[in-house]
Amino acid sequence: MTTVTQTQTRTATPSGAPIVSLEAPVVAGSSVRATSGTAGLDLTDVDRSERFSQMRAGELGSVHSWELVTAVDGPGTRLTTFLSGCPLRCLYCHNPDTMEMRRGEPVTAGELLARITRYRGIFGVTGGGITISGGEPLMQPAFVARILRGAKEMGIHTALDTSGFLGAACTDEMLDDLDLVLLDVKSGIPETYKRVTGRELAPTLEFGRRLAARGTEIWIRFVLVPGLTDAPENVEAVARYVASLSTVTRVEVLPFHQMGRDKWESLGMRYELDDVSAPEPELVERVRDQFRSHGLKVY
Amino acid sequence: MAITADHGMAVTPQPSENDQSQAWRGFVAGPWQDAVDVRDFIQRNYTPYTGDAEFLAGATERTTGVWGKLLAMFPEERAKGIYDVDASTPSSITAHAPGYIDRDNELIVGLQTDAPLKRAIMPYGGWRMVEGALKTYGYEADPLIAKTFTEYRKTHNAGVFDVYPPDVRAARSSHLITGLPDAYGRGRIIGDYRRVALYGVDALIAQKKLERVELDMERSTEDVIREREENAEQIRALGELKQMAASYGYDISAPASNAREAVQWLYFAYLAAVKEQNGAAMSLGRTSTFIDVYIERDIAAGVLTEEQAQEIIDDFVIKLRIVRFLRTPEYDALFSGDPTWVTESLGGVGDDGRPLVTRTSFRYLQTLYNLGPAPEPNLTVFWSHKLPDGFKRFCAQVSIDTSAIQYESDELIRSQCGDDAAIACCVSAMTVGKQMQFFGARVNIAKALLYAINGGRDEVSGKQIGPVTMPISGDVLRYDEVYAAYDGLLEWLAQTYVDALNCIHWSHDKYAYERIEMALHDRAILRTLACGIAGLSVATDSLSAIKYATVKPVRDESGLVVDYVVEGDYPTYGNDDDRADDIAVELVRSFMEKIRRQPTYRNAKHTQSVLTITSNVVYGKHTGNTPDGRRAGEPFAPGANPMNGRDTHGMLASALSVAKLPYDESQDGISLTSTVVPSGLGRDRTEQITNLVGLLDGYNVSQGFHVNINVLNRETLEDAMEHPENYPQLTIRVSGYAVNFVRLTREQQLDVLSRTFHGGL
Repeated sequence: MTTVTQTQTRTATPSGAPIVSLEAPVVAGSSVRATSGTAGLDLTDVDRSERFSQMRAGELGSVHSWELVTAVDGPGTRLTTFLSGCPLRCLYCHNPDTMEMRRGEPVTAGELLARITRYRGIFGVTGGGITISGGEPLMQPAFVARILRGAKEMGIHTALDTSGFLGAACTDEMLDDLDLVLLDVKSGIPETYKRVTGRELAPTLEFGRRLAARGTEIWIRFVLVPGLTDAPENVEAVARYVASLSTVTRVEVLPFHQMGRDKWESLGMRYELDDVSAPEPELVERVRDQFRSHGLKVY
Repeated sequence: MAITADHGMAVTPQPSENDQSQAWRGFVAGPWQDAVDVRDFIQRNYTPYTGDAEFLAGATERTTGVWGKLLAMFPEERAKGIYDVDASTPSSITAHAPGYIDRDNELIVGLQTDAPLKRAIMPYGGWRMVEGALKTYGYEADPLIAKTFTEYRKTHNAGVFDVYPPDVRAARSSHLITGLPDAYGRGRIIGDYRRVALYGVDALIAQKKLERVELDMERSTEDVIREREENAEQIRALGELKQMAASYGYDISAPASNAREAVQWLYFAYLAAVKEQNGAAMSLGRTSTFIDVYIERDIAAGVLTEEQAQEIIDDFVIKLRIVRFLRTPEYDALFSGDPTWVTESLGGVGDDGRPLVTRTSFRYLQTLYNLGPAPEPNLTVFWSHKLPDGFKRFCAQVSIDTSAIQYESDELIRSQCGDDAAIACCVSAMTVGKQMQFFGARVNIAKALLYAINGGRDEVSGKQIGPVTMPISGDVLRYDEVYAAYDGLLEWLAQTYVDALNCIHWSHDKYAYERIEMALHDRAILRTLACGIAGLSVATDSLSAIKYATVKPVRDESGLVVDYVVEGDYPTYGNDDDRADDIAVELVRSFMEKIRRQPTYRNAKHTQSVLTITSNVVYGKHTGNTPDGRRAGEPFAPGANPMNGRDTHGMLASALSVAKLPYDESQDGISLTSTVVPSGLGRDRTEQITNLVGLLDGYNVSQGFHVNINVLNRETLEDAMEHPENYPQLTIRVSGYAVNFVRLTREQQLDVLSRTFHGGL
C-alpha cells in the first residue's frame, strides 16, 4: 500500500476571472488511516484455536481498518479494507502498524461482506468498488478469495493492492474475480529492491507478467524516495519492465513523505529515513518523464 | 384562524389588458393566466437544457467596469466595517432617493439607499441594534429618531421583552437557547418576486383586494382582524413598490415584456423587501428557470444575444452581492461575517421528471467566473442523481474552482414542498409564495445534557436554570439513568423554547410585519415554526461514551459536575457506525416529538433543523466540559457535522452518518460541511469532476439532505489569515453558508483550520 504527497497545478477555467489557486502538497488518506480502525464492523470473539481454523478457511480475517476513499486505490469511490500482516519491511512504510498480523482485529468475511453490500448503491453511482489492501492482502489469501467472490456475486468492481511478493498465493480463481490490480513495484534493480523491502524482486516481476498474460488490468505504483529509489538506472529498470506489461493502464509515481515517522516511534520500531526529505518537484518530474518516455500514462 | 372559503385567485383584467397580451406574447396559455400561479407558467413555458457549459459567455467590458467600481470600494468597507450609513432616515420602500453604481452602464438598477454600500437603519426590529451598530462605527444616532423609536413607536424587540416569561429569560441568558430573533428581523421569508414580473403590480393589488372582500365577509374575530390589517399593509406596500420603481423611471404596474424587464421587475420586488426588512436571511427564491423563459423568447426573436443575456444576469448578481444591513459586531460574530443569505435555488427536477435546469441556471453559476467567487448570492443547487450530466459536471467544476455552491437534495425537498420550492437561508425549504416560516434559531442540546446531569443547574455559573431535579449521583455515569434525566430536561426545554418562539413571532407580526414579502404570497399559506438544535454530535458522542465506555464525573465542592474522565473506547458519530449514529437519530426524533406537543402561534406546523451556521464557535464557548472528552469552551462541530477529527473513515462515511438523520423529523434541514482539497478528488481535472459528481450522487441516493463542499487546502487558509489583502474573495462554505474567509474573526478562522481536512475522501 502506498500513499502520496503530490502537487497539483491547475489553471483558471473557461472564460473566467482569476480564481484563487489552491495547489499544495497533500497527503491522500494516510494521515487518518492509523486511527480509522474497524469501527462499525462487529468483531468476533471466538477462541484462539477456532480462530486459526476459521482463518485458514477464509471465514475470518485480520483487519486493520476500513475507509471510504475517493481518487486513491482505484476508480470512483471505494471501500478500501486494510488487512494486517506484511512479509515486506519497507524502510519508508508509512503504515508500519499494518506489518504484523497479530495487531489486526478479527472480522468475519460475512461481516465485511455485509458492509460491502451496504455501499452497493454508492459504488454504482460513483463507478467505484472495493479495494483490498494492507499490509499485504495475499498474506490472507483464503479470506481475500471469499471477499472477492462475494463482491463479484453482487456485481461489484474489485481491486487488490499488493506488492506481488506473494503473487503465487493468488489463485487463478481469485484472478477471475479481480478487475484491477494495484501493483507496487518498489524498485527495478534486485539489490535495491532488497535494500528497500528486505525481500526478493523476482516474485513481483513474475506476478505482473502473469497478470498481463491473463489480461488483468494493472495500475503500477512506484514510491520515489530520494537517495533510495531515485537512481536513474533503477527507475529505468522499473519503467522498462512496466512497459513490457500490456495491461498496464496507468503509473503513479508517489513522492515519499514523512507522515509515517511518528507511527514507527510509537510502535517502538527503528526508522531509518529520519534525514530523508520529500523529493523536489524537479526530481518527481524527471522520474515521471522516464516512465513517460516508455509511452506510459503517468501521474 | 379564519374559515377558509375557496381561495380562487382570479386576476381581474386590468386596464392594462393590452400591455398584458403584448407582454405574454408567444407564451403557452394556461391556468396561470387566470390566477396567480407562477409554477404553472414555468411548467408550460420553460425549455429544459441538457447540454454542457460550452455556450456560456464571459464578462464584457461593461460588466467588468461596473464591478470594478465596487471592487475599488470593498477594501475601505472591510477596513472600517461599513462603508457608509444613512443614520437619519429610517428605511422604508420609498424612504431613499434612487441610487446608482454607474448610472450610464447599469442594465439593472436599484440600490437600498441613494449610494452603493451605504447602509440604511431599520429600527422596527429593535432600536438597540441600530443604536449599538451606529455607535460602533462612529456615527451619532439622530436624537429625534431615537426618541421616536423609544418613546412613540414600540419596536419588535421592546414587544418581545414585554411578554417573555421568566423561564425563557433564564434559558436565554444562560445560553441554553441562543440566537433568537428577538432583537432583529427574523427573515427567512421568501416573497415570490417573480409574480411582479409575470403579472405586474396592478394585477397583484387587484388580487389582494379580492382577498380583502373574502375577509370582509368573515366575522371580526381577532384572527380575521389581524388578517385584514395585514392585507391592508400588503396593498399599501405594493403601491409603494410601484412608487419606488417609478423613482428609477420604471412603471411596473403592468407585466414585464422582455428579459431585461423581467429581471428588473423581479429585482425591484426583491429590493423593496431588503429596503424594508433587515432579516437574518433575505433569500431570493427560485428565479433562474423563470427568467430563462423570457431570455429564450428574446433570443429566439433575435433581439438578445448570449453575451447580452449573460450581461443582464451578471448585472443582477452584482446588485445581489451588495445587499447590506447595519448590524452589530456581536451579531456578525454569531453569524460569521456579514451575511445576508440571498439564497437562490437552482436546478432540480420537476414532478413530471423533466429537469428544471435551463441555460439560465448555467448563467447564474457563470457569474462566479465572470465576477469572481463570492458568498452572495448564496447559490444553492437542488441536486438529484437524475439531473442531466452536463449540469452536474458544471456544478462540480464550479465547486472545485470556487467552493461557492451548496447542495441540497432535490428528491427530499420535492417530496415535502413540491417542485417549486426554494431554500431560505441555508437549508430551509419552502414552497415559493405558499409557505413561510417563523425562524427559531436553536437550542444547545449538548449543554442541556450537562443540565440533566446537574439537576437543572448551569455547569459554568452553578445557577439553577431548569426545574430542580435530583442530580445524577455515583462515581460512574449510568446510561439509563442519564438518559431518563436528559429526556425530562429536554421536555422542559421544548416547552420553554416554543414559548419563546411564540412570543417572538407574535411580536414580530405586530411590530415588524414583512409587508411586501407577504404581499407576494397567497392568502392561505403554510406557516412553519422552525425550531433547531445545536451540539448534536457532542451530545451523541457524550451519550455513546456513557453507554460504551466508562465515564466518571468530577464534582466541585458544591457537588456540581464540572468535568468527566472517560476510560475506554467508544464509537463516535461520523463513521457510519450504527451504534453511535442510532443515538443521534434518536435524539433528533425524540426532541422533534417533544416540540410537536407544544401549541404554536398561528397554528404553525412544527419543524426543526440541525444547523448552526458558524455559531458553533459561540455555542462551544458557552458550554463546559462534556462527557465525550471535549474541553470547556471548545467549538462544537458545525450543523450536523461529526466532531472534528473523530470521523476517521473518510468524508463519505462521515456524510453517510449524517444522512441517517431523518428528514421527516427535521424538515427545516440538516446541514453538513465537507472540506476537500482538489487533489483529494482525483489525479486530473476531468477525474476530479467525475469523482465529485459521483460523491454528490452517492450522498443523494443515500438520503443525504445538504452538503457544503469546500475545495481548498490548509496552506491557502493559513496564508489568507496572514495576508487577508491578497484574498479579498476567498470563499469557504461553513454549514449552509458561504463566507468571505478574511471577514471571519481569527477564532473562527482557526476553527475552520482545525476541522478535519480530508486529504483523500
